[in-house]
Parts: sequence; structure tokens; C-alpha cells
Amino acid sequence: MANLRDLTKKEELLCGGHRACAGCAAPIAVRQALKAVDTPVVVGCATGCLEVTTTIYPFTSWRAPFIHSAFENSAATISGVEAAYRALKKKGKITRDIQFIAFGGDGGTYDIGFQSLSGAMERGHDMVYICYDNEAYMNTGIQRSSATPKGASTTTSPAGKVIPGKVQFRKDLTAVMAAHNIPYVAQAVPSHWNDFITKVQKALAVKGPAFINVLAPCRLGWQFDPAETIDIMRGAVETCFWPLYEVENGVWRVTHKPREKKPVRGWLQKQGRFRHLFRPENEHIIEEIQADIDRNWEALLARAGAA
Amino acid sequence: MSKRVAITGNEAVAQAMRQINPDVVAAYPITPQTEIVQIFSTFVADGDVDTEFVTVESEHSAMSATIGASAAGARAMTATSSQGLALMWEMLYIAAGLRLPIVAPVVNRALSAPINIHCDHSDTMGARDSGWIQLYSENAQEAYDNLIQAVRIAEHADVQLPVMVCMDGFIVSHGMENAELLDDDVVRSFIGQRTPKHSLLDVDRPATFGALDFADWYFEHRRQLAEAQTHVKGVVLDVAKEFAKVSGRSYDLFEAYRLDDAELAVVVLNSAAGTAKEVVDDLRDKGMKAGLLKIRLFRPFPHEEIVAALAGKKAIAVLDRADGLSTMGGPVFVDVRSAMYDAPGPKMVNYIYGLGGRDIDTEQIAGVYWDLARIAETGKVTSPVTYLGVRE
Repeated sequence: MANLRDLTKKEELLCGGHRACAGCAAPIAVRQALKAVDTPVVVGCATGCLEVTTTIYPFTSWRAPFIHSAFENSAATISGVEAAYRALKKKGKITRDIQFIAFGGDGGTYDIGFQSLSGAMERGHDMVYICYDNEAYMNTGIQRSSATPKGASTTTSPAGKVIPGKVQFRKDLTAVMAAHNIPYVAQAVPSHWNDFITKVQKALAVKGPAFINVLAPCRLGWQFDPAETIDIMRGAVETCFWPLYEVENGVWRVTHKPREKKPVRGWLQKQGRFRHLFRPENEHIIEEIQADIDRNWEALLARAGAA
Repeated sequence: MSKRVAITGNEAVAQAMRQINPDVVAAYPITPQTEIVQIFSTFVADGDVDTEFVTVESEHSAMSATIGASAAGARAMTATSSQGLALMWEMLYIAAGLRLPIVAPVVNRALSAPINIHCDHSDTMGARDSGWIQLYSENAQEAYDNLIQAVRIAEHADVQLPVMVCMDGFIVSHGMENAELLDDDVVRSFIGQRTPKHSLLDVDRPATFGALDFADWYFEHRRQLAEAQTHVKGVVLDVAKEFAKVSGRSYDLFEAYRLDDAELAVVVLNSAAGTAKEVVDDLRDKGMKAGLLKIRLFRPFPHEEIVAALAGKKAIAVLDRADGLSTMGGPVFVDVRSAMYDAPGPKMVNYIYGLGGRDIDTEQIAGVYWDLARIAETGKVTSPVTYLGVRE
């Protein structure tokens, strides 16, 4: 459990002055994640919005040691840093305890960085990988990824006359990572900050690899008012579009069950990327999305023994 | 006490890695390099090294993890061949651009397609403009010696660049030879400890590695990388001098074999130099003024010294074990000929040979010298680029 008063006293490891858009959830997620750290931490990051907005030479927003090397290898790069730490600690060249966190967007995690993530998790490095999932390649201008939800219009899955946005459902990466049988996997969102920070604390506390998938809405790509970021995140949870849960040593647990599961329709309506779904000929897609959410939610509850 | 042993190139390189005792090795199997990481794995398993061995899921991750480890202040190594080096391609440039003193043996093998596991230099030639230093090795002894010297070259304060130590796949990697291995203590005191100026694990002095440069800084940082290359030559020679003191073996930027008074010269890299030396001796016995220049440091290219060594020759043939596919010869030829542009003009020709492990024999090399003799006599080049030993 995180205590708000204590958290406000902690140093910000991602300082202000970075160039993320107003209303971007990624830096909110990063700041919250780093509030969970009690020891020195080394941060790695895949190429993407987070990296390009925080490290424009000669400036850096990072008060922690930071490395970016490429797009598809945040996990592999940090696994090398962590291996160096173990080697140098064994030789007595380092005495401090240091934590390791790798960040990547959904493109750098679900898609191009998936192999390197899977490898690093399987090898058992003592690190936390946090995917800030904004559901498309936002840095290059809103192209669809395997995290993009069905029906969303992106610049490579545009809502056209014959194809109404992205055809496929998204990949369930959190479940895929749980199938790696690593000590800790969780799904979170910064609107539920206590839930998220607690999950990062747990992820850091385990010995070995941990993975957290944190939803990070992009106001440009999702097309909503930047003032509404937190509401959009809450809506994702209340509709069960983005359930909050964890898998601790193989035990699935829903960490937040909405009092009333809201229909997804209202949440989709707030986002320009789904605007075309409300045309009569596309209404059936909203039903398909709802059915998919219902099915996944029931399956999650069953898995977590909470049905 | 150093000891003489019968050893393959891969074994010699693995032994050098054991003696270097890197903090981190991240590697992935690929023929013909695989044996190096296999042998090294046994050193790890038996506690002969303190290395954290990261058994990555690809060469891209091998280089990425090595980059992470090196940025963390560790002495970090990997090893690869061919497609593996090709898969690392993106990260090679990043290792050099981040100025990380990584050392990597590369066992030269042809690139696909068609797939082929045998030797040529297409793999490392493809990496020649990545910012890595490239040292080429004629035999197991040179691969061993180069790898040990590479640590000092890479980590030198004026250099801070990654080094690739190349040797020929199968011909050297799997061929048994006599070699002399230094004492572990001698190697360890020769290479000393790495003392990085900045490190990710220096948590009290946090630094950002891999920041984004726009048009206002990128050019300056690339210029610094180019400047560092100009320091390499001197450092390679200084390290060689010190290495000679502990090993009794002397190294230069290249080896000039019976070249001083030669009129006809062949330029070559790696194992074919051994074959060519036989030919030179034979032709010298027959009265031909034949000589050989075997390049050791190919990147950065020691053009001034090479020009000085080749100036005044009547005709020169460059043997390339990789094709540039530019229709104007292989990569070594292009560099040597470009360097020679300002020298009083010997005629120059190129031979592409040995692709995909095709053997080159003494008769073929002798044929090259006879071609040179004809060119020197007539002053005419009829075929500037010739494919040697291929069905046309």
C-alpha cells in the first residue's frame, strides 16, 4: 500500500520540463512507478514517446541513471545492465543495492520488442519491465500495433469506406507474460494510483523478473480532451475494458472489481478514434467489442476464482 | 610461463576470453562461432571465470545486453559470425556511437543467400563503416594475440570504441595449429582493470546514455566519433609495443612480407596471407620480385602507412574475400585504390576470391603475380576486377 503523504515527500526521478504532450499518461505512469522505488534505480527505455520527450540533448529529465539504445531491446539492454551489476557486486566493486526498471511502449513491447522481453523474462533477470500501453505507435504518428483495440482508427488502420478501423482484437500481452511463469505479472492504470504503485512495489520486491502492463492513454491518438486523461483511464477500468489484476507466483487475483460494470459504448463515445463505430453500418462492431470484453472479464474472474 | 599448445582458432579465442575474464559475456550460437561460447560456457560452469554469462535469445539481444553491460561499467564481450553479425547490425552502430569499449571476436563466414556456413569476409565487411575497430588475424595465434590487445585498444582513454577481432571461419576457427598461450597472470596484468569515466551503476552521479540528438548536436557527436578513429592507429602501435614485451611477438598496422624491394605486390587479409607467403617465397626463388601486404588494422584504415609501403611498386593486386557488388571491386580494393590515388601510380587490379569457403590455392595466387608481371611489363590493365576460382 502506498501512502499519499509519504509519496509527496519522495524525490521526483522524472523531473518536469520534459516535452510530453499535455494530457499524456506516460509520464504520469513513470512518475508513479518511480515513487515505488526505495533504493537507487537504473532505468532503461525503448525508443518511443517517453524516450524522445525526456532526453533531448543537452537536456535530460532523468534524475536516475538512464539508458536508451534502440526500439526493440529495452529488456535485453537492461538485462545486460543487471548482469553487469551482479558481476561487479560479486567482485566487490559495487556495494549498494540497485533496482532495474525497463520501460517500453506497446510497439516496443507487444510487437518489435516482444522477443527480447520474452528472453529477458525467461532468463530470470532481477528486473521490472513496465509497458506503458497507449495502444498504437504514437511516436511515429498513431499507427496500429498488436495492442490497438478492435475498431480503433489509426493511420495504418484508418476507418475507411470498406474497412472500419482495426479489424483484429488486441493481443492479451499481460496473459502472455503470465504464461512465462515469472514471479509477478500485473495490469494497472495510473488513475488507480494506489493499486499501480502497490503493484510496482510488489514487482520490485520479488527476486527475479516482473512485468506490469500499464494503460497510458494518448490524447492525440485516442482523440480526447487533454483534461480528461484520468477520466478516460477510469472509464477503461469501470467498463472492464482494462481490468486491474495481478498474477503473483501463478495465483491470479483481481485487484479492483468495479461496483457496477458500465457498458463500453459510453467510453468509446468519448474517443475520436472510435467515432466511426457509431455510424449505423458499424454499430455491430460495438456489440462485438462489448461481447469480447464480457467474455474476457468472465474468464478473468473464473481464473481468479472470483466469479 | 607461456606454453605452446596445439589448438584451434576457436579454442585459442575461448582461452583468451577465459584469461580476459570479462564481467559479462552475452552470446548466441552460430556456426562457426558456436564453439567459442560452448567452450566459454564450460569455463563459467567450472568456475574458471567470474563472468556473468547471459544466454540471450538472439544476436540482436546479445549486442544489446553487451551494450547495457558496458554502459554499466563492466568489461563486456560477445562473439558471432555471419547472419549473427548481420542481425546485430543496428546495435553495432549504437555500440560505437555510445563509445562503449566492447570486444567481440567474429569468425568470418559468408552471408546468405544462398545460405553457406563457410568462410568469406562479407559479414565483417558489411560492418566496416559502423565505427568499430577491425583487427584481422591470419591464424589462431594472431586471433589470440589480437583479442588480448583489443581490450587495451578499446578501453584506451583516447579511443573508447568497440573492437572486432576477425578470423577465418573453419580454416582458422576449426583448424588445429601450434600457438603459444601466455600465462593467465601475464594477460590479467597486461589488460588491467576497466575504469569507466561514466557508468549507469554510478548511481550518485546519474547520467543519461543514448539521448536524442537533433540537428543541433548529432553532427558534433558523429564528428567526435570520427576524431576518435584518428587516435586508434597510434594506440594500436603503442599496445603492440607493450604486448611484444610480454609475449615476444611483434605486431604492426599490417605485415609487410618481403615487400621492401618488391615490384609486384599482393594485398590480402586473414588466412589467405599464409598461403600467399608460400607463393612469394617460391616466386622469389624463381627470380620474381614478389611481395605481400597483409592488413591487420582495416578499420580505421591506415592509409598513409599503406600508401608508403606500396608506393613505387609496379603493379598491385588486392585480394578481396567479399564482393562489394558495386561492379568496381571488393571493399579492400576500393579502399586501397582510393588511398593510392595520390601516390606515384602503380597499376592496380582486384581479385574477388574464396566466397562461401571456396579454397584458394598457391597456383591461383601465383597466377595473380604472373598477371601483375604482365601488367608491369605492358602498362596495361585488361581486367581491373577478376573473379578468381569461380565457374563463369
